[in-house]
Amino acid sequence: MTAGAALLLLLVASLVPLGAGHLARAHQAAYGLCLGSALVLALVALVHLAAGDAARLAVLPFGLPWMAAHFRLDQLSAFFLLVINLPAAMAALYGIGYGLHAPEYRRVTPFFPLFLLGMNVVVLADDAFVFLVGWEFMSLASWLLVLSNHRDQETRRAAHLYLIMASFGGFCLLPAFGLMAGEGGDFRFEAMRAGEFGPVAGFLVVLLALLGAGSKAGLVPLHAWLPQAHPAAPSHVSALMSGVMTKVALYGLVRILFDLHGAVDWRWGAALMLIGAASAVIGVLYALMQTDLKRLLAYSTVENIGVIAISLGLALAFKDQGRQALAALALVAAFYHMLNHAAFKTLLFLGAGAVQAATHERELNRLGGLIKRMPVTAPAFLLGAMAISALPPLNGFVSEWLIFQSLFRGPELPHWTMKFGVPVVGALLALAAALAAACFVRAFGIAFLGRARSAAAAQAAEVVAPMRAALVLLAVLCVVLGVIPVTVTGALATIAEPLAGAALEPAVGLGWPWLSPADGERGSYAATVLVLAGLVLAGLLLWATRRLSPLPVRVAPSWDCGQPDPSPATQYTADSFAQPLRRVFGTRIFGARETVEMPPPGDPRPARFSLRMRDPIWQGLYLPLAAGVDWLAERINRMQFLSIRRYLMLMFLTLVVLLVVVGVRQ
Amino acid sequence: MTATLTYDLAHLIGATVLMMGFALLYQRRVSSVIRIYALQALALAAAAAWQAYIQDAPHLYLTAAIALVFKAIIVPLALSWLVRRLGMHRTIETALGIGPTLVIGVGLVALSILLVLPVTEGAAALARESLALAMSVLLLGLLMMITRRNAVTQVIGFMALENGLLLAAVSAQGMPLVVEISVAFAVLVAMILFGIFFFRIRERFDSLDVETLDPYRGDRP
Amino acid sequence: MSAALWQILQIALALALAPGLTGLVRWLKAVLQGRGGPSLLQPYRDLYRLLRKEPVVSEDSSWLFRLAPYGCFLAVLLAAAIVPTFTTHLTLVHAADLIALVALLGIARFLTALAGMDAGTAFGGLGASREMMIASLAEPAMLMVTFSLSLLAGSTLPANIVGFVLGGGIGLEVSMGLALAALTMVAIAETGRIPIDNPATHLELTMVHEAMVLEYSGRHLALMEATGMLRLWLFASLILCLFLPWGIALPGGGFLAILLGLVTYVVKLAGIAVALAVFETSIAKMRLFRVADFLGGALLLALLGTIFLYVSEAV
Repeated sequence: MTAGAALLLLLVASLVPLGAGHLARAHQAAYGLCLGSALVLALVALVHLAAGDAARLAVLPFGLPWMAAHFRLDQLSAFFLLVINLPAAMAALYGIGYGLHAPEYRRVTPFFPLFLLGMNVVVLADDAFVFLVGWEFMSLASWLLVLSNHRDQETRRAAHLYLIMASFGGFCLLPAFGLMAGEGGDFRFEAMRAGEFGPVAGFLVVLLALLGAGSKAGLVPLHAWLPQAHPAAPSHVSALMSGVMTKVALYGLVRILFDLHGAVDWRWGAALMLIGAASAVIGVLYALMQTDLKRLLAYSTVENIGVIAISLGLALAFKDQGRQALAALALVAAFYHMLNHAAFKTLLFLGAGAVQAATHERELNRLGGLIKRMPVTAPAFLLGAMAISALPPLNGFVSEWLIFQSLFRGPELPHWTMKFGVPVVGALLALAAALAAACFVRAFGIAFLGRARSAAAAQAAEVVAPMRAALVLLAVLCVVLGVIPVTVTGALATIAEPLAGAALEPAVGLGWPWLSPADGERGSYAATVLVLAGLVLAGLLLWATRRLSPLPVRVAPSWDCGQPDPSPATQYTADSFAQPLRRVFGTRIFGARETVEMPPPGDPRPARFSLRMRDPIWQGLYLPLAAGVDWLAERINRMQFLSIRRYLMLMFLTLVVLLVVVGVRQ
Repeated sequence: MTATLTYDLAHLIGATVLMMGFALLYQRRVSSVIRIYALQALALAAAAAWQAYIQDAPHLYLTAAIALVFKAIIVPLALSWLVRRLGMHRTIETALGIGPTLVIGVGLVALSILLVLPVTEGAAALARESLALAMSVLLLGLLMMITRRNAVTQVIGFMALENGLLLAAVSAQGMPLVVEISVAFAVLVAMILFGIFFFRIRERFDSLDVETLDPYRGDRP
Repeated sequence: MSAALWQILQIALALALAPGLTGLVRWLKAVLQGRGGPSLLQPYRDLYRLLRKEPVVSEDSSWLFRLAPYGCFLAVLLAAAIVPTFTTHLTLVHAADLIALVALLGIARFLTALAGMDAGTAFGGLGASREMMIASLAEPAMLMVTFSLSLLAGSTLPANIVGFVLGGGIGLEVSMGLALAALTMVAIAETGRIPIDNPATHLELTMVHEAMVLEYSGRHLALMEATGMLRLWLFASLILCLFLPWGIALPGGGFLAILLGLVTYVVKLAGIAVALAVFETSIAKMRLFRVADFLGGALLLALLGTIFLYVSEAV
């Protein structure tokens, strides 16, 4: 009931700015309404989760003529409702301050609530029709939001690609649901859950779900649109697309693979793990090479989605092999990482938006020194960067720890593929995690530390209060989710229980602050205790240094080996920072070629350095595909110039073929 | 000494031979490659001696002695002499970078484990592990021959491959001595032939890069 | 209650022995090179001298620069607190396992790299960039070592692994040998020793760690130096604890067992110092881009160790 009212409120919010036009207040009011309804929805979800209520159903009399619209709020929906609406509330709060800074803001405000509405409908849907309507709503609204800055050529290209990929995703999900509905054509999830399907249909359902949801979530090789579309939108929308919309896609995957389908073969788990590992490593390597702050964050989303996919794949394999307790562990790890990624990716995108609002720059090589000019944004962004780099005691580390703990149990699976595959996936995951740390040291270090590399960065000013508030609240969320891992894991375990088929004890043997899932002796982690011990040691350390080292700090020019250079251009740039890693990983993967043109001595021309890289997936997969489609279109194009007699003949032939088919089948 | 400890020690020596196989792939200098090869032969001799002790098979001591004298001492010395005599490049030209070669090497080890395990389902862990080790050493030797272009490193790759064969032979009980001796001599003859070839190749082409031989292949149209 | 006591003793031991270990390695190296060598107490004197000096901070740097030394030192100290040296009966032994240990070291590295970039100098960025390249391969290698150990001993907790090894659960495993080799290679890289980095060098284009802490002085530099010494101590203790745990007292052992643990620990630590000194004297520094091959090799060794478990064990 409350949830329905909140959804209606979103609809109203989208109408407010339409009538108001230029009135700034109206746009702010629309964001205010979004904030309110997102908070209400988050609260509804939280209450549902806390009370552990049974699923609540609602049937509304609209939709297809022969079918009402079914809604359902169960534990899984409630969790995703929370994952959507907490960041959404923060993005709306941020939008109150930022919305008017965004280019073409009047094209943003009406669609922002619709985007939220679409995502919420997807997770609340209880039949395929409502699900797909919500899904398309979400896709189209976000497409319009990407297109808001439509005067930019780059943006139009990104939006075009996004529309194609979104249509492809929907196009895959449609037959997946059709196959699950079976011959009876009952599109309620209830019926699909009960239904049985043969091996071919089961295979196709999983494949189509992976393609449909995977393309939306940004799994390699269907990720190409994501790093182009996400950064093109205004920052608070980018935050929701990266932090939240990808989670809605994963919700679709989880709903189909763990709930509706129910009996997925372990090989799919292995495949998902492999795709996830590839996404994680490729995503983070691309992120390391980017110099556009928002594009870097978008590539990092590909990485994190890959990490979640590894965990989901592992859960599938465990579940199929009857290791329900371990499946629950892997599933909880995946959920934890979804929650975490929603928190810190939203934070980081909003931080990037703040940087953009303050400097009108996204290019890392023109930023620098912002930590002194933006005293709130910088620490918040730093916390987000540390969380996404999986550093304790923040939240990113807990989910990473859980994923590793479940991966370490992977060799217990009986198949040799898994026995050999799991260590390799583990190595790739560890590599991705370490590269992510390098990536975010680079992002934060170049953008916020050092000296300003441009006049805009030198004159940046801190952003307005609502934006700061959103950043601070999200940073606090990252800390809280990290410091009480046992509580969060316990809550997630109740959500995973019906899907995995077993309950997960968050703290076996050791009790509350010690996170030791499944088995107390296997490994444990206690962020709470570490933080307390760290605080005690910090107090002692401060006291000791005070006593031993009484002299005050003196501020002086940089030493830099005695030869400081006043030009900020002598600092390391984003490109030079990535150079060692580019040489280690880039030559083979991106075909990176560095050429230095050094004029001979005496020649006053400057030396030139150029770098060429190519995207193997884009060139190896997308361009040939596009060429193939063009070729096909060219062939079909001829059909436009036939005579009427021929057209009639085509129709006649089709009719005859269909009649033959019907005849043969009878 | 307990039974498991004897077996563990045998495996540890076998693993040392394998590690030297990886070290051969890792090195970039001809002199280091030769030195590592000597170490590998030394480990092989130790493996043979240890097997002689635990299998109580005196003829394996002879195998160990042959490995020690020929492979760990004479062959490396001869190769170093050749390198000095021919004034070769000290670095190795690689057809594939060090990193990718190592990755492929690990893949090959995984492959040999995967192959050996089902075949020897009933066998004791000892035989399984030894066979997997021997096969890995063999494949790494082949890999070295493929990915290194210098003629000397190709010879060493060939002999590392032969080390793998010998490792399999000493750990499988009941390999007759005659076979081992003949293999050892075959390798020695191959070594001498290679040596002669080096001189000939160099006289002709002023280089030991085997790619330069390519245009003279008879099967080219 | 005794657990808390031993925990405090363990932290005190780390603080007390870490500079001594560095001093011992320096002295041994000097002796091996035919020099007299500085006194074993020299690192302690250096730290005290730095603490008494006036800290000078670059005008281009921010609060992060001043905070980083404290953060680094605390993170590594916490990591040092959880590695059993003379007993496994410690309060914090369950607070973090090997995965968390890697991450705690990650905090120190993250902060050091950022501090290096904070003053906006070319050297700082150079050090940070190289450090992150080295870490990107060293960290996964260490996690794969953890993977092997967890498969063998059924736990990622150092204390449980010690208990398992002492209980005779592991013979001479090939995988253990591979894991030891990989961890040693990682330790050399992470502690900035030859052949990866040279701890004695200043103002060379080959330096990594020194380049990041170039702008530090006074107590900040003292803390950074102490962090480095603590890290060396930590890796030495970690190798001892995981691969040579004999002598470590298990819970329930009496006072005598603890005493024995302390004595054997100090002896083992001295042994590691000798090994390190001999190794460093006999080897030359590597080119920077060889480091990737070296650490990639460590990662692959660790992976190989994991895979090899399937042959020897019925995992």
